[in-house]
Amino acid sequence: MSPEIKLEDAFQARIDDEQKIEPKDWMPEKYRKTHIRQISQHAHSEIVGMLPEGNWITRAPSLKRKLGLLAKVQDEAGHGLYLYSAAETLGISRDELFDQLHTGKAKYSSIFNYPTLSWADIGAIGWLVDGAAIINQVMLTRTSYGPYARAMVRICKEESFHQRQGYEIMLTLCQGMPEQKAMAQDALNRFWWPSLMMFGPRDSDSPNTEQSVKWKIKRKTNDELRQQFVDITVPQAEYLGITIPDPDLKWNEDRGHYDFGEIDWEEFWQVVKGNGPCNKERLKARVDAWEEGAWVREAAVAYSTKIKNNEVKRTA
Amino acid sequence: MDQDLYKYLLILGDNSMILGHRLSELCGHGPTLETDIALTNISLDLFGQVRSYYQYAAKIKGEESTEDSIAFLRTERQYYNCILVEQENTNFAHVIVRQFLFDAQHQLLLESLTQSQDETIAAIAQKSLKESKYHLRFSSEWVKRLGDGTEESHQKTQEAVEHLYPFAHELVTNTSIETRMNEKGIGTNLDDLKEEYYKTVIDVFEEVGLVAKDLKNRFAKGKSGQHTERLGYILGELQYMQRAYPNMQW
Repeated sequence: MSPEIKLEDAFQARIDDEQKIEPKDWMPEKYRKTHIRQISQHAHSEIVGMLPEGNWITRAPSLKRKLGLLAKVQDEAGHGLYLYSAAETLGISRDELFDQLHTGKAKYSSIFNYPTLSWADIGAIGWLVDGAAIINQVMLTRTSYGPYARAMVRICKEESFHQRQGYEIMLTLCQGMPEQKAMAQDALNRFWWPSLMMFGPRDSDSPNTEQSVKWKIKRKTNDELRQQFVDITVPQAEYLGITIPDPDLKWNEDRGHYDFGEIDWEEFWQVVKGNGPCNKERLKARVDAWEEGAWVREAAVAYSTKIKNNEVKRTA
Repeated sequence: MDQDLYKYLLILGDNSMILGHRLSELCGHGPTLETDIALTNISLDLFGQVRSYYQYAAKIKGEESTEDSIAFLRTERQYYNCILVEQENTNFAHVIVRQFLFDAQHQLLLESLTQSQDETIAAIAQKSLKESKYHLRFSSEWVKRLGDGTEESHQKTQEAVEHLYPFAHELVTNTSIETRMNEKGIGTNLDDLKEEYYKTVIDVFEEVGLVAKDLKNRFAKGKSGQHTERLGYILGELQYMQRAYPNMQW
């Protein structure tokens, strides 16, 4: 048996034993690469995800809502920071990760390529998008890579607050005037299917799932998580008194789950490939912020170098 | 209703409202994640202060007035913020210099207002003072970084100073309402802040070679409700929902 295979066996044994893998531990190159891809994709999603919600900060309908939304979007920037730091433990810099995002090499969650067209979309995103994210992230708090799992614990706490805040926006709209309820229904109509798409392709079309489950990066498959989301969300929509836009949605007594209709996979792949309604403008907003900020970052580095040199001179 | 007290609260609250709005426009677009988070924090602090001032103003005004009717349902001439805070986010240097010119006055003003005879104003000032000290530390450090960073950052910051400094005098010039509120022991006499304000500002500028010519823009009369064209666009966005869907709960 080659030394490499021995190491891999020992690595798998640790994972099977539910031990966490830490940055300085030996790990297969593919495990490291998979994690860089997944954690950075998650970090990019937080940062790009600031944009559709940021779109309503200046137009929020009350001071209380404005503060809530602003704080939420700020939390997402904070999540981005922890996640970039977690990815950096695997030997890649934040600048390299940004570069992958800006050149289109790295992906982020497709949901953020949909536009926010009304205030109700802010409620729908909190309720559905954060709701779907939590299902995925609760699973990830038990993922095998230590820094990622720990970042997730903290993020999950804040996300569940966001989700409740979003649902509360929806509830206020649904208990309000008819045009407010119509706004809520319209937001659900537009965000329902993209939310289901957040769990990724069907298991049968998801080549990475098997290895990810073996390494305990994932503990449930895309289809299992999607089903869990539907089962949780249907009663919530009923309580709001709005209708999920799926004629095939019905309770299946035998399975103990809701059956639901087929996702438009053509749309899913089109958005993944960059042809969604807002892909170009989202990426452009990130690239612009980065490029327009270059002189600021250079100034900060130059200034701190000057200060350090002065200190060295003084102590010399 | 005590018209002077009501307007005084608006003078205090509107600066935070409009500057908070300008900073909130930047959320998600900062040069680094850290500065994005910090500027959003300042914006959150300012909006928190706005709520305190407007809730009190709504109580003074009575009728069916609320913090939101005061924030969202006034017209251009009924906002009393200084011209400085409605200036655009032209680039990061403008954002920082605008913030610094505001923070340097804000901290002095709040220190003084903690002694106000009006207990509510004194309490708001006490709470906001801690925040404003942090804001001033942040903005003054960034003025230094940009002013003494690279040639490009120095030049951009100098240009921002030239554009914004002529509006600064409005922050330390009394309107008749401020004078009357000071006579009642409620408000601050801004004349008393002038010397220290200019010293704080000029010291930081001089430390990094930024030149502020002694220019005063004579049209800086925001506290009397005379604004630039920019305010109308800010209000267009700010008030959109309340105007399009009147009398609803959100």
